[in-house]
Amino acid sequence: MTPVTATRALLEVKSLAKSFGLGPLHQQVLENCSFQLQPERLTVLIGPSGCGKSTVVNILAGYEAPDAGEVRLLGEPVSGPSADRLVVFQETALFPWMTTYQNVIYGPLVQRNKVRKDIEADAVALLEHVGLKDFKDKYPRQLSGGMQRRAELARAIINSPKLMILDEPFRGLDAMTRELMQEYFLKLYEGRKLSVFFVTSEIEEAIFLADQLLIMSNRPGQIIKTINVNLPRPRTADVLTSNEYLRYKDESLEVLHGEALKAFAGGSKAAADFLEAYADQKQN
Amino acid sequence: MAAAAVLRKNGTALRLRRGLVSVIGLLVFWEIGRRLHFPFLSAVPAPTEVIGSLDKIVGNSKFWNDWISSFSRVLSGFALAQLIGIPVGLLMAMSRTLRYLWFPPLEILRPIPPLAWVPTSIIFWPTTELSIIFVIFLGAFFTVVLNVLGGARAIDERLIRAARSFGSKPRDIFWRIVLPATLPSIITGMAVGMGVTWEVVVAAEMIAGKSGLGYFTWASYVGGNYPQIIIGMASIGIAGYVSSGAIRFLGKHATPWQQRI
Repeated sequence: MTPVTATRALLEVKSLAKSFGLGPLHQQVLENCSFQLQPERLTVLIGPSGCGKSTVVNILAGYEAPDAGEVRLLGEPVSGPSADRLVVFQETALFPWMTTYQNVIYGPLVQRNKVRKDIEADAVALLEHVGLKDFKDKYPRQLSGGMQRRAELARAIINSPKLMILDEPFRGLDAMTRELMQEYFLKLYEGRKLSVFFVTSEIEEAIFLADQLLIMSNRPGQIIKTINVNLPRPRTADVLTSNEYLRYKDESLEVLHGEALKAFAGGSKAAADFLEAYADQKQN
Repeated sequence: MAAAAVLRKNGTALRLRRGLVSVIGLLVFWEIGRRLHFPFLSAVPAPTEVIGSLDKIVGNSKFWNDWISSFSRVLSGFALAQLIGIPVGLLMAMSRTLRYLWFPPLEILRPIPPLAWVPTSIIFWPTTELSIIFVIFLGAFFTVVLNVLGGARAIDERLIRAARSFGSKPRDIFWRIVLPATLPSIITGMAVGMGVTWEVVVAAEMIAGKSGLGYFTWASYVGGNYPQIIIGMASIGIAGYVSSGAIRFLGKHATPWQQRI
């Protein structure tokens, strides 16, 4: 029998530090930021806006190098972008001159390690799965915002990345589309055993999706709380009314509230809005 | 879909009708102006006089040879400008060293009007034909380079990042990302460049040519055949219109993703 490896982390992030700017413009964005991602789990990173979430994404993706600390994927240090770790951004990054289908097959096509026929079969199945079969020959600008996001998910998933990184992927969509996208995404995640790192600033979205919730502090950003979310899977919208869900929400809001108080003391206007909203919610 | 097609068809018909109305209106105004001795217009042969002298021209193979020589000069100069200008623009966009090296001389040469090149060009090139083509080439070249450079430099960084993440080789980045992303700017450069080449060819033929529509127009003036001047001018106008129409058509089909629905 092979040894049990389930306890081994997929991705290990150790004491990341990153700063931007010099002199009076110097900003310490990350400081001693550490966490672990488990394979086939959906980890959500949440934190106040401007706390350095996108910097974490850029470092994990390999677009930026940290000043200190390290990132290891299955024990190997991460350097530079790779199809191992694919990012879906908040704004669409579909190639405008390719149809939906051409966008989806792009990765396998340039990796040149699969035969064309298999790639095509994969792409067709995936497009069907995300409900874009009838739109496979449309160009991105002919698709709605939700469709673009789904096309982008398909374009990433077809590469079977070891880790999928989503940076506020559903931001800017209207509430209905957003809910729909979350459900689409959960189906994909639950059906395909993906390992996902999902960044958001929406607490409802975070808990609804997460197996593990990482809460980040204000700048300099670090992980101040890890919550394991044990809501049942496959997860549906019913879960949003359950007591467990509310308990998780309260727990994380409290941590975020503490952070907002600190940020407010530091002069953040956005934090004031959060505090007001939090006070409202406590009364109800 | 069907409704959209009908709308588009009606749109095309409407556009044609309006275009025709304004062209015919212009001709009628010109005719009346000549007959009623409007200032300026009274000196210009009226459309009816021009049409009257057409029969002498249309049957004359020399006139059609002028069309052919102007067209072949324009096409050669234009094609050369694309062939050299597009790679130069792309190289300058991709390499900072080349950009820093080439940009200053390019910016110094660019403001020199193509016609100012005619004397040196005649001295430098062995035949008049080559010197005219060279001047046409210069007319389009700078426009092409600047458009390609601008377009290639404006590519969204996220698209390049995404392409890198998927494991693109440098040649994939170039052929599948940079080139298609620059295509709209290449076509803009072509359209503007095409306009410039017609301006240049006519002037160059007037100065140095022994054939071509510019030469035809100038020779008609020297020979005192006024209706023929107008025929020459109209021919140049139509030739230019056909050429830029061809570029527009090409551009539309080369960049289908830019169409609205």
